[in-house]
Amino acid sequence: MTRREGSAFSGLGVVFLKEFADQLSGTRMRLLEALIVLTAMATIYAAIQTIKNVVGEDVFLFLRLFTTAKEPLPSFVAFAGFLVPLLAIALGFDAVNGEFQRRTLGRVLSQPIYRDALLFGKYLAGLATLALVLLAVWLLITGLGILFTGLAASGEEVARSLLYLAATLAYGGVWLAVALFFSVVFKSPTTSALAAIGVWLFFTVFWGMIAGLLAPVISPVHYGFPEEVLRQAQTELALARLAPNTLYAEATLALLQPEVRALGPVLPAQLEGMVLGTPLPLSQSVLLVWPQFAGLIAAGVLFFTLAYVVFQRMEIRA
Amino acid sequence: MMAAIETQGLTKRYGRLVAVEDLDLVVERGEVFGILGPNGSGKTTTILMLLGLTEPTAGTVRVLGRDPVREPLKVKRRVGYLPDTVGFYDELSGRENLRYTAQLNGMRGPAVEARIEELLGQMGLLDAADRPVRTYSRGMKQRLGLADVLLKEPELVILDEPTLGLDPQAAHEFLGLIRSLKERGLTVLLSSHLLHQVQAITDRVGLFRKGRMELVGSVPELAKKVLGGAYRIRVRAEGEGLESALAAIPGVLRVRRENGGFLLETERDLRPDVARAVVREGGRLFGLELEEPSLDEIYRAYFEEVNRDAA
Repeated sequence: MTRREGSAFSGLGVVFLKEFADQLSGTRMRLLEALIVLTAMATIYAAIQTIKNVVGEDVFLFLRLFTTAKEPLPSFVAFAGFLVPLLAIALGFDAVNGEFQRRTLGRVLSQPIYRDALLFGKYLAGLATLALVLLAVWLLITGLGILFTGLAASGEEVARSLLYLAATLAYGGVWLAVALFFSVVFKSPTTSALAAIGVWLFFTVFWGMIAGLLAPVISPVHYGFPEEVLRQAQTELALARLAPNTLYAEATLALLQPEVRALGPVLPAQLEGMVLGTPLPLSQSVLLVWPQFAGLIAAGVLFFTLAYVVFQRMEIRA
Repeated sequence: MMAAIETQGLTKRYGRLVAVEDLDLVVERGEVFGILGPNGSGKTTTILMLLGLTEPTAGTVRVLGRDPVREPLKVKRRVGYLPDTVGFYDELSGRENLRYTAQLNGMRGPAVEARIEELLGQMGLLDAADRPVRTYSRGMKQRLGLADVLLKEPELVILDEPTLGLDPQAAHEFLGLIRSLKERGLTVLLSSHLLHQVQAITDRVGLFRKGRMELVGSVPELAKKVLGGAYRIRVRAEGEGLESALAAIPGVLRVRRENGGFLLETERDLRPDVARAVVREGGRLFGLELEEPSLDEIYRAYFEEVNRDAA
């Protein structure tokens, strides 16, 4: 076998720009923008109401903009954890089968580009759209927060919230890859949308329960030794971490709440000499979430690769 | 100079289903070649293999001297392909759709815009150029498809069922456009069901059946092979004993009685001999015309024959 000629990325820029423009000008985008703005307004309102009462008690007041909830409104972090996967799925569920349905796939692939460029261009365009939306929301919240509370964000707070944004993008990237995968596997966009949402629901609602059920089976507690209990707790956590939403929740927690020092069970011996309630420096928090971050990116790459493999073998005839 | 298309033993199987079997096809440069056959006879699969969009199970393909599996980009840069149901991005205008294709081919700059304008003009789409494609009729989309194919200035154009779903007027115009490609020196490969149309514009045709190309040649050649005689003469005449007299003319292969006359199958154009025979027998001659066999007839006769043999 000789190497195939030419670059796999020729045409990538062209596909990316076209898809990006499509995403931004589509009706879908209008709806998502409205949803995002509404969310940002609601959470900022709730946060400001609460924050006004606790000014002076908290060093990281600016970060509280993202994490404070006030009944009946959830915090922005909770909103985002819920909306970002849906947003990502909405951006990607008809990426390939939409072309198939419109009968443009054969025509595009008969141009001198590889399939790689088409799939990767679409993924990058979805990711860029997501990044743009997230950045807009972040700016909206920051701006409104400063405006209404008079708080000035410290450098560390800005860095932490931007890292949170990056984690959110990585999380969205996972769901975008899932949606892209199903858009390759299923010929109908409706089916692929349902399948992607089904996977998301499975991880969000059921996986925690399943992990709770599986842990005692894998690491049973026979005699009630502390080691056994600890092992079971660790097994459950390891299982739960197979779900991207667990990884994302942990990353969010450690990035936006500097006083969080560990993600998982902590033994009393490890607490010795620790000053509880003191915040970690940024570098230590980043170190703490590094595995979660890597896990999210890996999950995105995994699903993209699956989509890629299936797409390369796909018959393009109707 | 190398042939535009050359395949040897080209085969494609999907599991146990054989889509194309042992295809040896040669299309010379500058030729218009038609591939004919019922649905599912392997026409589209053949086309996809020529473009490198489907990998052959066995055999070799050379398109413009290159292997479309190993060097797909070089092949696709020089070959234009119009799929049987061509689709465009509905929300973009015709011009924007063409621009996207141009960019995918690495074409940029003011020269490209001029080329797009020129092609839109040739296809009669200038008025609609900036309207979204969703407002286009089927015929307009098809012409936009041809503009899309010609944009990269290909050497070989492959058209899959180019007149499918067009009304007779639009189909006629579209065939005129295809014929103009030959005048520009392009090689054209097209597949179709509409045989009289294929006959009007092709130099040679290949008949596909169950994944095999069973017959190949120009229309008169095929007529000779399938119908036996290449010429048919319709005689309108009355008189006693004409049938045996006509059958006795050297070169007449078959005589069939028809309403008010006879239909002769002959090896050559025997009209003078037929006229003389009728007069000699004292018959009354009303009309004499040479009928060229249509591809329709060849096609029908061929498939009737093979189906009868199979039964």
